[in-house]
Amino acid sequence: MLRFICPICNLPADETELTPGGEAHIQRKGPGSSDSEFYEYLFERKNPLGIHFERWLHSYGCGKWFHAARCTKTMEVFGTYKAQEVKPPRHIIDNIKKKRPNWKNE
Amino acid sequence: MSARISKGGRLLDPSKRLSFSFNGRNLFGFQGDTLASALLANDQVLIGRSFKYHRPRGIVSSGVEEPNALMSLGHGANFEPNRSATTIELLDGLEVISQNHLGSLEWDFGFINNFFAKIFPAGFYYKTFMQPRIAWKHLFEPIIRNAAGLGRAPSLPDEASYEHFYAHVDVLVVGAGLAGLLTTYELGKSGLNVLLVEQKHFLGGHALSGDFEVNGTPIAAWIEKTKQELANLENVQIKKNFTLVGIHDHRYLIGYENLEVAERLGQSAIRHRLWRLRTKKIVLATGAIERPLIFAGNDIPGVMLSSAALEFYKLYGISPGDRTVVVTNNDLAYLAAINLHDAGLSVPLIIDVRDSSNGDLPNLSLSKGIRIEFGKGISSVLGKKRVSGIEMCSLKGEGSVQETIPCDSVAVSGGWSSTLHLWSHCGGKLIWDYKLNTFLPNSSKAPTDENGENFIFVVGSAAGSFCPSQIPQNIKETVSTLLNDFQGVKQKTTKILIREIRYGDCDSTFVTPEGAGEKLKTKCFIDFQNDVKLSDLRLATQEGYESVEHLKRYTTLGMATDQGKLSNINGLKYLANLVGKEIEHVGTTTFRPPYTPISLGSIAGEARKGLFKPVRKTPLHFWHEANGAVWEPVGDWKRPYAYPKSNETIEQAVAREVTSTRHSLGILDASTLGKIIVSGPDAGDFLDLLYTNVMSNLKIGRCRYGLMCNENGFLFDDGVVARLSEESFLCHTTTGGAERVHSWMEEWHQTEWWGKKVFIQNVTEQYTQITLAGPKSRLLLEKLGGSNISSENFKPLDFLEGKLAEIEARIFRVSFSGELSFEIAIPSQNGVEFWQRCFEVGSKFDIIPYGTEALHVMRAEKGFIMIGDETDGTVIPQDLNLGWAVSKKKKDFIGKRAQERIFMADPCRKTLVGLSLQNSSDKIPDGAAVIIGGGGKRSNEVIGHVTSTYFSPTLNKPIAMALLKGGEKLRGKSIEIPMEFDKALKATVVDPKFYDVEGSRQND
Repeated sequence: MLRFICPICNLPADETELTPGGEAHIQRKGPGSSDSEFYEYLFERKNPLGIHFERWLHSYGCGKWFHAARCTKTMEVFGTYKAQEVKPPRHIIDNIKKKRPNWKNE
Repeated sequence: MSARISKGGRLLDPSKRLSFSFNGRNLFGFQGDTLASALLANDQVLIGRSFKYHRPRGIVSSGVEEPNALMSLGHGANFEPNRSATTIELLDGLEVISQNHLGSLEWDFGFINNFFAKIFPAGFYYKTFMQPRIAWKHLFEPIIRNAAGLGRAPSLPDEASYEHFYAHVDVLVVGAGLAGLLTTYELGKSGLNVLLVEQKHFLGGHALSGDFEVNGTPIAAWIEKTKQELANLENVQIKKNFTLVGIHDHRYLIGYENLEVAERLGQSAIRHRLWRLRTKKIVLATGAIERPLIFAGNDIPGVMLSSAALEFYKLYGISPGDRTVVVTNNDLAYLAAINLHDAGLSVPLIIDVRDSSNGDLPNLSLSKGIRIEFGKGISSVLGKKRVSGIEMCSLKGEGSVQETIPCDSVAVSGGWSSTLHLWSHCGGKLIWDYKLNTFLPNSSKAPTDENGENFIFVVGSAAGSFCPSQIPQNIKETVSTLLNDFQGVKQKTTKILIREIRYGDCDSTFVTPEGAGEKLKTKCFIDFQNDVKLSDLRLATQEGYESVEHLKRYTTLGMATDQGKLSNINGLKYLANLVGKEIEHVGTTTFRPPYTPISLGSIAGEARKGLFKPVRKTPLHFWHEANGAVWEPVGDWKRPYAYPKSNETIEQAVAREVTSTRHSLGILDASTLGKIIVSGPDAGDFLDLLYTNVMSNLKIGRCRYGLMCNENGFLFDDGVVARLSEESFLCHTTTGGAERVHSWMEEWHQTEWWGKKVFIQNVTEQYTQITLAGPKSRLLLEKLGGSNISSENFKPLDFLEGKLAEIEARIFRVSFSGELSFEIAIPSQNGVEFWQRCFEVGSKFDIIPYGTEALHVMRAEKGFIMIGDETDGTVIPQDLNLGWAVSKKKKDFIGKRAQERIFMADPCRKTLVGLSLQNSSDKIPDGAAVIIGGGGKRSNEVIGHVTSTYFSPTLNKPIAMALLKGGEKLRGKSIEIPMEFDKALKATVVDPKFYDVEGSRQND
């Protein structure tokens, strides 16, 4: 059972306290976007075997959304950060690179 | 015969005699016995029948790996099938029944299968029961169902109590054998918080059956002494009867504590406890499991593992037989021979498949005058329900008999497999050790935790240290590595000396004789529990099932309660031979939790009956209950479906409720409606993004019906929004949607529009909401008094905050029934009082309570949609003729871009229509498909489906709504609804508003 540190509560939260929210950092496309842009926004997801940035909701805790960087293969967690970060912050990227020198953020 | 010898065993308390029953016969055992040892003490060598061929079977092992000794325990509400006799601590009064026989255990009619074994090879289900089809229903299925499965299912609900228990520890040590005890001692001394768990009812594991000394103290005394010393350490906890069944991600563990004995003695209210643990580190001291050798007749009762023979003798004082032949490919099995010989029992022969061994134990056996034959094997075991002898042959060759040796028991050893299931649960890989003939943990591919670090350490024979003298050094090194992750904790090593025993190498032989032909192979059992033989594996690979995962599923090798703890490695070895690969390249099947079977009760824990899914009740629940409501579950709520009187059917009650409401006055508990307050300077802007229509221009004191779509443009909730003040709105949602809409709003606020100054609050349970509907509803409110709700002052979609009958109230003039109607929100604590006041005052207006079905009928008569009936997650508001509620002016709202996609404007989309039945006695089934009808191929095309269907008491005919392709264009046309037996209902497409189309009644 996964466990993340909720960046709002600063406490570890079991998976049973959390609700998964899929891939993080997807930019919303609204009116004015092209059909292909909108299609990508709605349906295209990465689903990597490896490092993934995810959205999680601390539903049975503070009720806040947050982001997590996790390896979907080993379940290793590289850190959590606030949902209002529009891209993974520096210290998270550094932490990933420290442990996975060959990793590239695509 | 198997019997209890007078010397007794190390675990036995001969002063405490226990009685139990086996198949109705009264037998005796002693405190400390397992059910298996007690059965053997009573010469019960035949203990069950095999699953497929109903062959007689005996006890093979002394632990969790037992494939044969599955028993049914207890009766009635305490009945439990498929419990392994080797893991049950004997209890006074235990009721035991053997399994898998038609007729008695001794005379089983199912044994006939054994004679047809040739037609039941691997995969015979897939091949045999294909044709004719009709035979499936009447012949094959009833027979297979009857024969399938182990044991019987209980017939009564389980009355015992179970619980979940949560704990955190620094280190969990699994297994209290020599390695586990030493590790715990060393970690305990260092001050860490340690939990030592042992699946058996005693500490010591295999070591307790040993004869070596630790620091000069005999092992049994040393175990006792260590137990005492550990008990004195406050930071160490020891749990017996506790199996760690699963290791999950991020160091999360599931443990299973069996408290049956304590429960039976009145010392525990709980039968089984499921532990949910987080630890920092785990040490696996899980030992090893002995494998059998494979030869013809190796399943005849009386053939058991050498470790089991030794343990039954040492711990429980059992003689497995008067004459025991030992057959082995390694030195450790000699321990059984030496011990039985020293006990004065006859060991006529040790058959060693190896060419020679110069180990200490074979030499000791020789010096005791025990006959050893190297390079030999067993051609066949003689006997039917019990071993009567063996036929010895040369290992090489096809098994011509060289000598027949009479005996009544065979102790067999095919080497040891390190117990590494738990290592594998979380991704740990294994590596085959050719010298030790076992898989060992691959430390370069260890399971890792959330920080990417190793968190599982393996010691003792689980790590390949099969000789006790190797263990202290192994533990010293492992603990030292483990403590690196605990800052400031110092290792305190105690010097441990165990005399070294020289072992000869274990041989890789696992089948005797090596050239066994087909005739012998069909009697060579590899998986006892599933009756899988060497010949089955050969057949499966021949048919192309060469992958280990396919082989398992095709032959059932390694399935069921023992999960192949005895058979898997031998199966892999045989598969490797068949496909000409090394065993490490064949791979293993995936080990998954649970390690041993656990009760369903323990998984449920306290979540049973009323606690399984607690019911949400409105403050008026008890009034409904007292007034004869029949219930409908809506979301987590229970709502009154109708209030039938004693002489009414439910249908009659619904009709009465509708008619009475339309004629005078009905009252409905609508408290379950979701109520969410959105407040803040940006509340209006925020709601404009969430609803399809504009909310920011709503005037204070007014209401508006609003729709919510998802980003796909599909409608998912609706409700009335009221503007309470400049900066706050009250959003009503559907009953099932309150939580969903609340978290939906939170999600968009937190993750997309966090700049908006908005606060969102779910106040659903703060208010009792009551609907008063019917032409006399205004009269009632006037009688209650306190607010001006006259038709001039209080128009449709107005709302006011004031008082009614001296009680604080919010009154909304909204109607979901088509009648003059008011919704009143009362603070929850005053709900019952207000409801009762309505009845007191309302009696003169013939007030009646109505339920959800009457509500549905009335909304359908008006053509109002219901989320979940008219919507199914693929319906946009425009499909439901609700385009008027979708803003064209707003730049953006959730779903707007999606609704701009071409196919959302496709004229062939299904849209909402009403259906009028041509024959009014027919009833349209809900969800039925609709076709154009009228004959011809084209006319059979499905053009849509029925979304709501009711009998309308108001119109005295059935009515329905449907979503049909190009709906509006079909107006006036007739369609058909195909029914069973080539019949069809004929209906006309009409306006979904069936009643009071102008809305004059609700606007009165």
